[in-house]
Amino acid sequence: MSSEPAIKTDQLRKVFGEYAAVKGLTLQVEQGEVFGFLGPNGAGKTTSIKMLLGLISPSSGTASLLGRPIGDRDVMAHIGFLPEHFRFQEWLNAREFLTLHGQLLRMKADDLVLRMDELLERVGLADYRNKLLRTFSKGMLQRVGLAQALLNRPALIFLDEPTSGLDPVGRRLVRDVIREIRAQGTAVFLNSHLLSEIEVTCDRVAFIRHGEVVRVLELAALSMDETSLTIRVSNFPAEALTGLSQWGKDIQRDGEHISMVIQSDVVLPEITRYLVSKRGEVYAITPNRRSLEDIFIETVGKDGGL
Amino acid sequence: MNAILILANLTFREAIRRRIVLAGLALGISFLIIYSIGLHFILVEVRQAFTLRDLPAGQNIMNVESQNAFLMAGLYAITFLSIAMAALLGADTLAGEINSGTIQTIVSKPIRRADVVLGKWLGFAGLLGLYLLFMAGGVVLSIFIQSGYVADNLLNGLSLIYLETLLIMTITLMCSASFPALATGGIVFGLYSLAFIGGWIEQIGAVIQNSTAVKIGIITSLIIPSESLWRRAAFEMQTPLAGVLGVSPFGASSVPSPLMVIYALFYLAVCLILAIRIFQKRDL
Repeated sequence: MSSEPAIKTDQLRKVFGEYAAVKGLTLQVEQGEVFGFLGPNGAGKTTSIKMLLGLISPSSGTASLLGRPIGDRDVMAHIGFLPEHFRFQEWLNAREFLTLHGQLLRMKADDLVLRMDELLERVGLADYRNKLLRTFSKGMLQRVGLAQALLNRPALIFLDEPTSGLDPVGRRLVRDVIREIRAQGTAVFLNSHLLSEIEVTCDRVAFIRHGEVVRVLELAALSMDETSLTIRVSNFPAEALTGLSQWGKDIQRDGEHISMVIQSDVVLPEITRYLVSKRGEVYAITPNRRSLEDIFIETVGKDGGL
Repeated sequence: MNAILILANLTFREAIRRRIVLAGLALGISFLIIYSIGLHFILVEVRQAFTLRDLPAGQNIMNVESQNAFLMAGLYAITFLSIAMAALLGADTLAGEINSGTIQTIVSKPIRRADVVLGKWLGFAGLLGLYLLFMAGGVVLSIFIQSGYVADNLLNGLSLIYLETLLIMTITLMCSASFPALATGGIVFGLYSLAFIGGWIEQIGAVIQNSTAVKIGIITSLIIPSESLWRRAAFEMQTPLAGVLGVSPFGASSVPSPLMVIYALFYLAVCLILAIRIFQKRDL
């Protein structure tokens, strides 16, 4: 199981009546990788997750989780899942809720007790362990749902919009938890609209449109991309401007403002030193990296693929 | 622990926590109180009217008949309450959890979908069994304390009533796997009414000796055998005279054969299997 990809799908397809919610999903997620699943509303993201989890049966195509075909019962003991519209047994208290899910995951009773308390502490609900879920706010439910998804120390976890109900503190918590479990070797399949979140947490992202992967991107490569640079500097001699061309191109000057395009942000310190050596008084050097949002819109289109 | 038992336990606790059982018990206890008080006054009246001076109470044939009639009336009401409970418990269970999405984190665990259906079935069966035991026990005890009367074949009769509630619960669970809660409730009560009307047509047909009417009744019993289970239960427990005397809502004059009981068991098993199959195929 260890060498198999966490997720592998081949032309996974789901048709509801006439409408193809997922046209043909082909992707691979490696073990221990944080994988972002991006796409506009209605792109088939949740349907895809549900197919992988065996909640919806695919119309055609194949997929496997941790090397086992989807629908395999035993592999689910190693999977965690926080659904998008999380609704839980609200008449249970937090500990009872986690006990139920731990038992269904076939966890040993003593391990479950320890793990449960550890996770309630981690998601900040230790003081609410005996409170009924009915009394929980949306954010608290999302936290207890996250604890539920982490109970079995999953090898692969599906988080469908895990931060949708959370305040900034809660979002930070989710981000930190993702980092922690990634360090422990858990693969994370993250479906989120919050591109800034994805940008800081994911190793790779796939852009989905009409239920097909239109682009897969390594996020580490994003910082290596061509970047436009804005410099604000005064007292910078005009004849020194051409000297900047050793680090970049398209150099333009408008008063105190200089703009240029650089290949990588590793040249920033050298540019700074050069400006200072020419007696320029530097107020700002701002690399305008293309954000994931720019790439998202460029990839799926401004219409959101509708 | 086995997944079926975990989910049966969950189902059981849910019904208690969500105060469905509490509501059922509160109504049930009020029923038992009113029933016992009514029984007391009627028994006093009956004793005065029918007791011959030299026979001890309880041995007089009219005494026994009236006590039995009262028992049957009580059990009839309880059967109805249990069936209502079965339908109410079952209608929202799968439909509600599919609709709300609660089912998603359950089904994506290392369990079979069949475990979900069987766990719920087992939980409800336990709950209905306890409810019936409490209510029927109350009625039987009330009559026993006030008159010393115990019906013949009581256990057979109560088992058949239990089977009837299980049957309705299983049909409800099956519908709940494919329809929303309200539609499920509508279908189940529709079927129950059909059985009820069919049973009456059969009873009246038996009294006026019209074989067509009896056949109509038998056909409805085949469509849904719940009412015929009640009539078999009534037949087991009622006095021989009551059967001869004719139509009463609480007794049976056209008696379903033991074969009908076997048919009902078969019917229940098929519904349970269908419930599992429907739930297995359903996109959640």
